[in-house]
Amino acid sequence: MTQVTMTVNGKAASGDVPGETLLSDFLREHLRLTGTHVGCDTSQCGACVVHVDGKAVKSCTVLAASLDGAEVTTVEGLANGELHPMQVAFNDNHGLQCGFCTPGMIMSGIDMVNRYKTEGRELTEEAIRHELEGNICRCTGYHNIVRSIKDAAASM
Amino acid sequence: MYAVNYHKPASIEDAVAAIGGAEEAKILAGGQTLLPTMKQHLAAPSDVVDVRGISGMTDIAVRGDTVTIGAAATHAAVAASSEVDTVCPALATLAAGIGDPAVRHMGTIGGSIANNDPAADYPAGLLGLGATIVTNQREIAADDFFTGMFTTALEDGEIITAVSVGKPDRAGYAKFRNPASRYAMVGVFVAQTGSGVRVAVTGAGEDGVFRHAGLEAALSSNWSSEAVDGVDVGSDGLMSDIHASADYRAHLIKVMAKRAAAAS
Ligand SMILES: Cc1cc2nc3c(=O)[nH]c(=O)nc-3n(C[C@H](O)[C@H](O)[C@H](O)COP(=O)(O)OP(=O)(O)OC[C@H]3O[C@@H](n4cnc5c(N)ncnc54)[C@H](O)[C@@H]3O)c2cc1C
Ligand code: FES
Ligand code: FES
Repeated sequence: MTQVTMTVNGKAASGDVPGETLLSDFLREHLRLTGTHVGCDTSQCGACVVHVDGKAVKSCTVLAASLDGAEVTTVEGLANGELHPMQVAFNDNHGLQCGFCTPGMIMSGIDMVNRYKTEGRELTEEAIRHELEGNICRCTGYHNIVRSIKDAAASM
Repeated sequence: MYAVNYHKPASIEDAVAAIGGAEEAKILAGGQTLLPTMKQHLAAPSDVVDVRGISGMTDIAVRGDTVTIGAAATHAAVAASSEVDTVCPALATLAAGIGDPAVRHMGTIGGSIANNDPAADYPAGLLGLGATIVTNQREIAADDFFTGMFTTALEDGEIITAVSVGKPDRAGYAKFRNPASRYAMVGVFVAQTGSGVRVAVTGAGEDGVFRHAGLEAALSSNWSSEAVDGVDVGSDGLMSDIHASADYRAHLIKVMAKRAAAAS
């Protein structure tokens, strides 16, 4: 067991976790934050993406025990009285069908917009498609997801 | 995942002690290979020893014409590093093309080369550049480090602390990505270095990353894609799998070598 204290969506969250507990399990089972989805066993689908210290990571491929002192943001932590611009854009552009991949798409979308803004690079449609390589959607065919992220980038 | 004890030592000494005191320890860095393997029960260590808390392990520094990259530097950090860019922009480009953004935020250079996946990118970059791999025990030339598919010269429990790369006169990398996994179906790194032209091929060899003497000779006499045209790249010793036959990989080696030379 490892004693960890992290900040999840702005609130302190601590607990004794077994070494093998994945961040995705810690979020879903210990904190009951089930917005973070688990869609595969192979670290490939991206449904589980959250932000750790401001960077997109696959929560199914990080040990909770390694995150003492970390700041974690999940999809539940985005809306602040009103929806985050990325959430609004997915709604407006019909960026989801079943919604299973959506939490990961939204967290990856915010991460790429933030990175490109910081680096002063233009987030073109081609760049969005390239950046989404680690997020798989079995419903939408991606077009509306790309549109949503492009739309949100303009208002973030 | 099976039960495992987690350790996060702050020094090499403590890491060595944690590894030595465990029944079967595995070093953990970014976890982007080890954790999926453990989830599938293909690895079941009793303990994991996380090397990311060891001081200096994520530093990147330039001295003279050499950049030294801490073993726990992430792919994203290498891709964005101005130090790496001044010494070898091709290595930064290589790091920027590994996996996807979330994998690059966690995966590390030390983890990638310790794993020596036959389709991984860094082995081609480090072999192509004639890099030096620094461990807690010794320095190992890249030529001696990558010894076969998923195998390296590392002893049990030996910890990579850094990788040093000297400035090449020029270098380039091109990979043909497996469209599903984004690993290299074939990746070729070409470099003109103080010790001659070096060409390293990943994704293709049955024994993992390898240097190609024919391409090295051709590019030494004439650094151009036309020079590559005249090289006979055979399919002996190349992998055949559901993604590509050995013949197709042989063809891709030439195409990637041309693109890499053109990108340098
Ligand atoms: C979806 C996905 C796509 C990917 N695509 C690519 C790709 O396109 N190209 C590519 O090259 N790779 C790819 N990878 C692999 C990725 O680059 C990994 O980060 C890398 O192979 C392992 O690095 P890590 O830091 O995560 O190591 P870990 O998973 O933590 O460890 C891997 C191995 O290295 C050992 N190890 C780690 N650090 C050290 C050290 N300092 N000293 C000694 N031994 C050590 C561990 O014990 C373990 O055996 C991909 C991975 C995923 C999940
Ligand atoms: S659940 Fe994490 S990548 Fe699929
Ligand atoms: S909306 Fe169903 S998986 Fe993406």
